[in-house]
Amino acid sequence: MQALYAQLLVGLINGSFYALLSLGLAVIFGMLNIINFAHGALYMMGAFCAYFLLNIAGIGYWWALIIAPIVVGIFGMILERTMLQWLSGLDHVYGLLLTFGIALIIQGVFQNYFGSSGLPYQIPDALRGGMNLGFMFLPIYRGWVVVFSLVICLATWFLIEKTQLGAYLRAATENPTLVRAFGINVPRMITLTYGLGVGLAALAGVLSAPINQVRPLMGADLIIVVFAVVVIGGMGSIMGSIITGFALGVIEGLTKYFYPEASNTVVFVLMVLVLLVKPTGLTGRAA
Amino acid sequence: MKNRISALLLGTALTFASANLALAQDKTVKIGSLSDQSGLYSDLGGPGSTLAAQMAVEDSGLLAKGWKIDVISGDHQNKPDIGSTIARQWFDVDKVDVIVDVPNSGVALAVNNVVKEKNGVYINSGAATSDLTNAQCTPNTVHWTYDTYMLAHSTGQALVKSGGDTWFFLTADYAFGAALERDTTAVVTANGGKVLGSVKHPLNTSDFSSFLLQAQSSKAKIIGLANAGGDTTNSIKQAAEFGIVSGGQKLAALLLFLTDVKALGLDIAQGLNFTETFYWDMNDQTRAFSKRFSERSKGHAMPSMVQAGVYAGLRHYFKALEALGGNPHDGTKIVEKMKSIPTEDDLFGKGEIQPNGRAIHPAYLFEVKKPSESKGPWDFYKLVATVPADQAFTPLSESKCALLKK
Repeated sequence: MQALYAQLLVGLINGSFYALLSLGLAVIFGMLNIINFAHGALYMMGAFCAYFLLNIAGIGYWWALIIAPIVVGIFGMILERTMLQWLSGLDHVYGLLLTFGIALIIQGVFQNYFGSSGLPYQIPDALRGGMNLGFMFLPIYRGWVVVFSLVICLATWFLIEKTQLGAYLRAATENPTLVRAFGINVPRMITLTYGLGVGLAALAGVLSAPINQVRPLMGADLIIVVFAVVVIGGMGSIMGSIITGFALGVIEGLTKYFYPEASNTVVFVLMVLVLLVKPTGLTGRAA
Repeated sequence: MKNRISALLLGTALTFASANLALAQDKTVKIGSLSDQSGLYSDLGGPGSTLAAQMAVEDSGLLAKGWKIDVISGDHQNKPDIGSTIARQWFDVDKVDVIVDVPNSGVALAVNNVVKEKNGVYINSGAATSDLTNAQCTPNTVHWTYDTYMLAHSTGQALVKSGGDTWFFLTADYAFGAALERDTTAVVTANGGKVLGSVKHPLNTSDFSSFLLQAQSSKAKIIGLANAGGDTTNSIKQAAEFGIVSGGQKLAALLLFLTDVKALGLDIAQGLNFTETFYWDMNDQTRAFSKRFSERSKGHAMPSMVQAGVYAGLRHYFKALEALGGNPHDGTKIVEKMKSIPTEDDLFGKGEIQPNGRAIHPAYLFEVKKPSESKGPWDFYKLVATVPADQAFTPLSESKCALLKK
């Protein structure tokens, strides 16, 4: 039973990465109608950004949490301005293919320069060590990841669903012409939204750097699962992707305990089931 | 009349030409370096192995003697079906004579069958499974660098003898992990130890916390990592995080490469015991080779033992070709010749290739240095013990290879 608690907690930790990443995807899909396959590569860039900040500029983890999402976010906005914006109004598949190509290019460039085994990044001193919870040894850093990403997820949800700015955003997606008539710069808002989604991916990358190796393919391994999370949660649903992210982390954790061989596939089995029963996803609205 | 003379001349010329063809030795060789070129094993093999093959060609001196030797490379993406398709195409279309490297035991075993079918030569350096020279041995295969038996015996035995008598395995869920766990379990139980359990994880896993928690709660003294590359580095890194080592359990990285230690950093990797058959900083010859290698390698990396094995294996292959005088297209004949010549090279020292295809040479038990002991960017290992060549690998009496039952 104790082991079960431990697995639940570990699942929650992984779930927080899924949640952060799928949240970014949901924001981008919901507002821009783009299936952002470059998300994994941008997540990886966040981790690399943290590595460079530390090893070139001597800037530590805490500042990296702020700087890396901004840097990668700006990179994302440049992508949106120079490439993605020309695809608005076209079929989803164009955006998917373009971002997939971008992802392959980014990963290839990083792999060429940094190889595949990855680079080391240490846990910041303040978050080292762990607590004995009785049923498991919880590394403080992992606890921090869960709390921090939960806060970020809820803040993003609040920003989009409950604030004036969020209302503009949602309105701009529904009817851009009308919103423009109110004197709001819709293209700029869309660029900023893409930057926000990308920044969330980069933030997840920084969070993950001390846990996983900083590797060029770290995002490619994760992105497929995250897409399954988004599909299960319902494309474009903010709260849906947060809840599904955490829930699937837990389910995966339990699978690792009961039948580890299936831990890579359980998410996809669920995805198939959800698609068969409720094709719009658990919380999705019909398009 | 004129016509008849020219016909006669032409006929004679043709006869001479064809006789010449039969007499002249064919001295064209094509080497295929088949590896994981972009995934988790690409740093320990990959482009570095192709470079090692290229260097072996240059250093063999055969080019100056009129041989024409080409090296091509392919990416098997860690998928057995892709690996065997490339191998098949190389033999059928590209006329490749010898396939080298091939990390990933699953792919290695698939390619093993193709090489046998096509009667090519297979000098495997990258794969670990001892099955290549055991149940699945072929007259076309030489397994050069290391195998699971050797890893299990060297590292496993050393740890059991120093008091680590209860084990729990974290095993990569494919041919390699299964072979390594099997061979290590045999060593542990033979030395009076006990295996308390194991958990199989999918290849290329990024989060090991669930598996590590299971290992932790098993209370085993040793957690054996029967995985490789990125899987091993992630396990080690996350084990440190979960306080496994500080809690008194010890990690056994059954297979650890130079590139893994580099990726982990000495802070985390220090104190790990593991076995390799080559390290760049062993003696003047290995240092000289490694310096030349790193001048040309990506990121100026030092060679891993897999890449060194590609070089040494090919050098020995060229010795056999030279002794035969040419015609590199009959695989079994060349491998037979390779087995009949004792091996000796700068990187692995003296040894031999046994009848089952196993190349034997000394194995070294290393320990990763503390950060304070390391003097340079690749100064990572200190030597703990040397296992002589004749004790490091499967004794022929235990080998299940059919070639031995003649």
